[in-house]
Amino acid sequence: MNIAAGVNESYAQLSNYLIYSAMAVYTLAFLAHIAEWLFGSRSKVARTSAALAASAGSAGSAAPAAPAVKVAQRGGGTAVVDRPKVVLRSTSDDRGATDGIGAAGTDEQGELYGRIAISLTVLAFLLHLGGVLCRALSVDRAPWGNMYEFSTAFGVVAVGTYLVLLALGKRVRWIGLFLVGAVLLDLGLAVTVLYAASDQLVPALHSYWLWIHVSCAMISGAMFMLGALATFLYLFRDRYEIKVAAGQGCGRFGSMWERLPAASTLDKFAYRANAAIFPLWTFTIIAGSIWAEAAWGHYWQWDPTETWSFITWVVYACYLHARATAGWKGRKAAYISLVGFGCFLFNYFCINIFVVGMHSYAGV
Amino acid sequence: MSTTDRTDRTDRTERADRADADAEAISTAPRDEAEEIYGGEQANAPAQPGLGFLGWTRWFWRQLTSMRVALILLFLLSLAAIPGSLIPQEGTDPVKVQDFLKNHTTLGPIYTKLGLFHVYSSVWFAAIYLLLFVSLAGCIIPRSWQYVGQLRGRPPRAPRKLDRMPAYATWTTDADPDAVLGAARRLLRKRRYRIAPGEGSVAAEKGYLREAGNLLFHIALFGMLIAFAIATLYKSDGDKIVVQGTGFTNTLTQYDDFKHGALFDPDHMSPFGFTLNAFHATYARSGPQKGTAREYAADIAYFGSDGKSHNTTIHVNQPLQIEGNNVYLTSHGYAPVVTVRDGQGNVAYQGPVPFLPLDGNATSQGVIKVPDAVGKNGQQDQLGFQGFFVPDFVPQSGTMFSQFPAADNPVMMLTAYHGDLGMDAGLPQNVYQLDTSNKNLKQFKNADGSALAQKLTVGQTMTLPNGAGSIHFDRIDQWASFEIVHQPGDSLALGSAIAMLAGLAGSLFIQRRRVWVRTQRDSEGRTVVELAGLGRSESQKVGEELTVLVGALHAEAPSVKPPDEPAETSPTPPTSPEDGSDKERA
Ligand code: HEM
Repeated sequence: MNIAAGVNESYAQLSNYLIYSAMAVYTLAFLAHIAEWLFGSRSKVARTSAALAASAGSAGSAAPAAPAVKVAQRGGGTAVVDRPKVVLRSTSDDRGATDGIGAAGTDEQGELYGRIAISLTVLAFLLHLGGVLCRALSVDRAPWGNMYEFSTAFGVVAVGTYLVLLALGKRVRWIGLFLVGAVLLDLGLAVTVLYAASDQLVPALHSYWLWIHVSCAMISGAMFMLGALATFLYLFRDRYEIKVAAGQGCGRFGSMWERLPAASTLDKFAYRANAAIFPLWTFTIIAGSIWAEAAWGHYWQWDPTETWSFITWVVYACYLHARATAGWKGRKAAYISLVGFGCFLFNYFCINIFVVGMHSYAGV
Repeated sequence: MSTTDRTDRTDRTERADRADADAEAISTAPRDEAEEIYGGEQANAPAQPGLGFLGWTRWFWRQLTSMRVALILLFLLSLAAIPGSLIPQEGTDPVKVQDFLKNHTTLGPIYTKLGLFHVYSSVWFAAIYLLLFVSLAGCIIPRSWQYVGQLRGRPPRAPRKLDRMPAYATWTTDADPDAVLGAARRLLRKRRYRIAPGEGSVAAEKGYLREAGNLLFHIALFGMLIAFAIATLYKSDGDKIVVQGTGFTNTLTQYDDFKHGALFDPDHMSPFGFTLNAFHATYARSGPQKGTAREYAADIAYFGSDGKSHNTTIHVNQPLQIEGNNVYLTSHGYAPVVTVRDGQGNVAYQGPVPFLPLDGNATSQGVIKVPDAVGKNGQQDQLGFQGFFVPDFVPQSGTMFSQFPAADNPVMMLTAYHGDLGMDAGLPQNVYQLDTSNKNLKQFKNADGSALAQKLTVGQTMTLPNGAGSIHFDRIDQWASFEIVHQPGDSLALGSAIAMLAGLAGSLFIQRRRVWVRTQRDSEGRTVVELAGLGRSESQKVGEELTVLVGALHAEAPSVKPPDEPAETSPTPPTSPEDGSDKERA
């Protein structure tokens, strides 16, 4: 690492311009998503397509696509028509509700706005990514050396993951509005409260562990955020499904919840995000301990930041246990995972800024 | 709340109905988990009265080792860890604890009683994690046995009603039943299923490593606990300030400050030492972070048990590892080198005196004690100096505070005392403080009665009144402080961490599933093929997997009639025709 290197001011400037531009474009994407949802709510079909069956027994004949056929085709081969179908029994937790049709419903204008929103998100993502890369170039080091940089890079990971899932053909468009909103909030905080000019780092941060430990923390955090967003939506959609199943109408925002995927789908998405990233979060803590051993002489000394990473880890472990425990699945487990993400945020914002520990990270 | 409960219960009976009683648990998880999957109802029946001591103990043990209690204990553990991060802790910051006690006269004593100033070594914190580990042991020992049993056993026979399984497919073919089963065996074997021998059907299972991973992870938690215990009991941890050109050898008396675990043995400290040859620091010269350190490096020559000397450089993130100890560079400062002459004109002290930094720009404070001076008239006298060292003195700044941490324009500001330094009282004394409250220690005064004080640059001399002596500022050396840590159990901790990761990956990413294939001749003498799949994990992909298997087997035994004419063996229509694997993509 070139310590003597100063700061390349033009890259630093460019980085700031790019981040601001990205924020502007994200805002447009956010508005386009809102338009998508608004137009979608006037579509009639949206109202009826996601009808819930009263009992799991007769559920789900109104599946929007014809997925079974698709899966059968994936097996390859020629005799697609004679190929015996694999019959799946609904699992206990899906209540037989089918996935909603999507934000735009069947409204064409809504669909158009949805597509515009995604295009804008892609554009904003590129600007955002450019901003982070320029920041790295301006100081010749990992672009996550303080909270401002962490927050901006964090957004890149979150949006990048979403776009990759979209590109892989996964049906994740429903999260667009909420994700873009969250990233806007994140960037807004970054440029106002957390802003730190581009600069070199204190000696404690001169370590290749900065690359490993902090990037893992960032990726874990971004995935936890996707999980948390899905969990929030799950809670709303679940309540909606319960109401509908009990014949109590759809509630005030029913037309919104009904266009979301089924509660079981959202729940599964959240679980996958959380469970898949849990080992990486574990690794983040381990890598942090190894770094702590190198920098401070102890791999674990209950520094506040360490403590809250541990708490976050235990809460997510709790969540994974809850998913395997009778009577704790579903909403209760969902609340635990939200507490887990809350711990992550608390650690990041409150502990970093307000509690003095060994971590010299905040830079605000 | 009640709605969820209700749906839960209906789900459960439904599932009990779905999973045939023949299909025993794929999981070796504790009872209540198996119940969750297979819908048992009596697992958590309340204890009946009159169980007797043994009965109660067994009941208590069953509760303690249930998932529910593990869950609660985990939650408690995370809650219990919170106060330690918000309340100052003795282990990390004793000064702040003192401040807190001073400022909170009512809360302070309560906190002390509750052990809130040392949460992580408090009784209640230990109680929670020890209970958790007891629960864990009670959980993994039976599970390990069960798992060994599963490994030695064979996948269970096909249940009677395969169409009740979560994934199911059937078709009719002209191929011979045994030929189809043979093909199915080959197919499954190629896909690395374990296959149970049997007539008329094939039972296969895959993904045994999932449980192994889960057990490995939980066992590794014990490794981590033991590593922590070893570290706490045997560790030692001390600080030492070393001035440029001087050295350190690892014996108890050499340390400025030393802490150790309960079982640490001071007679067997590792033999090593080092000399600080030079210290380098660079700082940000401009920008918003001006004055922030950019690099610290200490050039040292060290020797170990072989006595040979080696040169190396210690950086902030790169400790010296020697004889099982780590030597860390923790901070640095300036040590003005002075020559003190007494009233007789003799050198009473000469050498560097470490000054301790007070702020980010290294404004430093220090004292110089000269116990063996002789006064002008030959009487015993002691001299003491107290003052500040300012590495970057900027007169225009209007303050005595240093404006930059590098020694750009160094000055030393001293006041002087004579009389009794109090060093002979036998009480331990702080070398960085002068006890000016001592009545027998008198400050030198100017003619006008004000305290004698002088600003010195290198090469200048301060002369004491009445021929009491002088102090000459020779040059500036630097000092570095080192933390020497001996912490056994590190490799156990690292090994456990790696095992935890491997176990987690296995536990979360490997799917455990069973597949059954059955062939039967129907009334027309044709072969009815049935395939069923069962997976027990959250992200099951049995549907996709079975589709691939069906595709491959169907290619070898094509159907004789289109599958949309339902076969007789599939009496119940599918409850949910939509494909679960599609949802997985959503
Ligand atoms: C020291 C505290 C513990 C931690 C940090 C911990 C952590 C975890 C984690 C992260 C998982 C997720 C892996 C997976 O889903 O397969 C897990 C699973 C599991 N844990 Fe623990 N655990 C602890 C204590 C316990 C105890 C005391 C029990 C028994 C009562 C237990 C039983 C299980 C079981 C049965 C699973 C498997 C769940 C499944 O297959 O989905 N754990 N544990």
